[in-house]
Amino acid sequence: MSVAQATRPPKAPAGLTHAELNALRADFPMMSAQTNGRPLVYLDSAVTAQKPQVMIDAATRFYEREYASVHRGVYSLSQHATDLFEQARAKVADALGAGKDETIFVRGTTEAINLVAQSYGRSVLKAGDEILLTQMEHHSNIVPWQLVAEQTGARVIAAPITDDGEIDLDSFERLLTGRTRIVAFTHVSNVLGTVNPVRQMTRMAHRRGAVVLVDGAQAIQHLNVDVKELECDFYAVSAHKHFGPAGIGALYARRSILDAMPPYHGGGAMIRSVDFGGSTYLDGPARFEAGTPHIAGAIGWAASIDYLETLDRQRIAAHEADLLGYARDRLSEVENLRVLGNPSERVGAVSFFMSNAHPHDVGTVLDQRGIAVRAGHHCCQPLMKRFGLPATVRASVALYNMRDEIDALIDGLHEVNEVFG
Amino acid sequence: MSDLRELYQEVILDHNRRPRNFGELEPPCSEADGHNPLCGDQIRVYVRIVDGKIEKVMFQGSGCAISKASASMMTDALTGKSVQDAAKLFEGFQAMVTSDMDATVGDEMGKLAVFAGVREFPARIKCASLAWHTLQAALKGAHEMVSTE
Repeated sequence: MSVAQATRPPKAPAGLTHAELNALRADFPMMSAQTNGRPLVYLDSAVTAQKPQVMIDAATRFYEREYASVHRGVYSLSQHATDLFEQARAKVADALGAGKDETIFVRGTTEAINLVAQSYGRSVLKAGDEILLTQMEHHSNIVPWQLVAEQTGARVIAAPITDDGEIDLDSFERLLTGRTRIVAFTHVSNVLGTVNPVRQMTRMAHRRGAVVLVDGAQAIQHLNVDVKELECDFYAVSAHKHFGPAGIGALYARRSILDAMPPYHGGGAMIRSVDFGGSTYLDGPARFEAGTPHIAGAIGWAASIDYLETLDRQRIAAHEADLLGYARDRLSEVENLRVLGNPSERVGAVSFFMSNAHPHDVGTVLDQRGIAVRAGHHCCQPLMKRFGLPATVRASVALYNMRDEIDALIDGLHEVNEVFG
Repeated sequence: MSDLRELYQEVILDHNRRPRNFGELEPPCSEADGHNPLCGDQIRVYVRIVDGKIEKVMFQGSGCAISKASASMMTDALTGKSVQDAAKLFEGFQAMVTSDMDATVGDEMGKLAVFAGVREFPARIKCASLAWHTLQAALKGAHEMVSTE
């Protein structure tokens, strides 16, 4: 059994009723927005999730009535801001199954991976060492490793994926050798929606003595993440995919590894003492949080986590599975259309390609109907190359989507066929 | 849906389906590569100049209907034109696709006027102009990659 099955809520047949879904949609102001004179059909949550009103209110309240910097002032307002910020850290840590002292606030998943590459990677990698990735990685889980490989003489290697869009576990295991120092892969593919068997892959890597980073950008919106159960050493997420603000994210770093990592950025707020003869740094997450952080971002993120906790996650998961299954079925009705991959476990996204229309043209036709999808290479050029395509269209669903919106997508795709013949 | 038909006019769809002057031009010629990193469109434009005139211009690559049709119609429009006239047409094309929606399109644009509809789709302007930028690079004999970013 894969880890994804273990970390996801057990199968719950009942999704949401019509009334429940309507009530939930009312919590997200963008669900009643218009675009191009049509009601917005937002099928692009894999890129960024829309925001619940409570998140917007929490960030606004902070700016209007509670604003001060953190870890600075002796005055009450600053202490209160610090409390809110640190409570947010505890909440994020809890959402990841991590400890508060191993949860570092960063700008997002991209910065989290760069932090690990430049702090941990640069200090351990030597010429001839290998960094193992997979073919389904986002550019943000490729390029930081290429940069540190150039700096250290290490090599970046990618494990292949199957035609179904799943990791080829035999090859992955074979590519793990005594030279492998770091293994980095995504929990959920942003293009295919594939859920990787994280714990199995992590155990394989650990048997070879490698350290494991999991890119959780796409997982956090759909799965109950528990880094201890996944057994990984690093886990990177962005708040904006978790119904929180853009510009903040978190890196889980196993405490024993974090303590040995040198600073990534230098500046204020990470300092024990500074002297022109040399400086010393704080322990724990603070060492990696130089400068004034995105305080309202952390507070807003905590509010979206609070909001998610009011929902029945099992029924939400069932609702999302229903939407994705429905989308998959209805896409098969559309002529000239091919769905990319067929993973046994899929969450969030489905990508497809039309033989008669380029993804950008499909995107424009859909946009005219108020439907937002992603068209392009999804920052996954090696994956596009693997499937021999320049680009795809991706529709992604989140908890606030409904079957009617999938129907709107299908109608739009029929129009693509009318226009492009 | 009138906006959509404004963008995807029949002549554009036709050039998308059956691009003219599509393929590799044998030397002597100069060439340049163009790339739109946002959507992954790739194009290579070949041009052969004889006595200050564009004797032949061809292109290869992959892209959306707008970028393919634009490249195809560009090759049709430029064949036989002087390099100076080509530069003027390029300026005219750029001005047309980036102008206000109610600006009139001059007669000198000829068939290329079908791309005026792109003005209403800001996200697609780069698709329409990629081939033209790449041609400019080829005319300069530049071999560096052209990017729309």
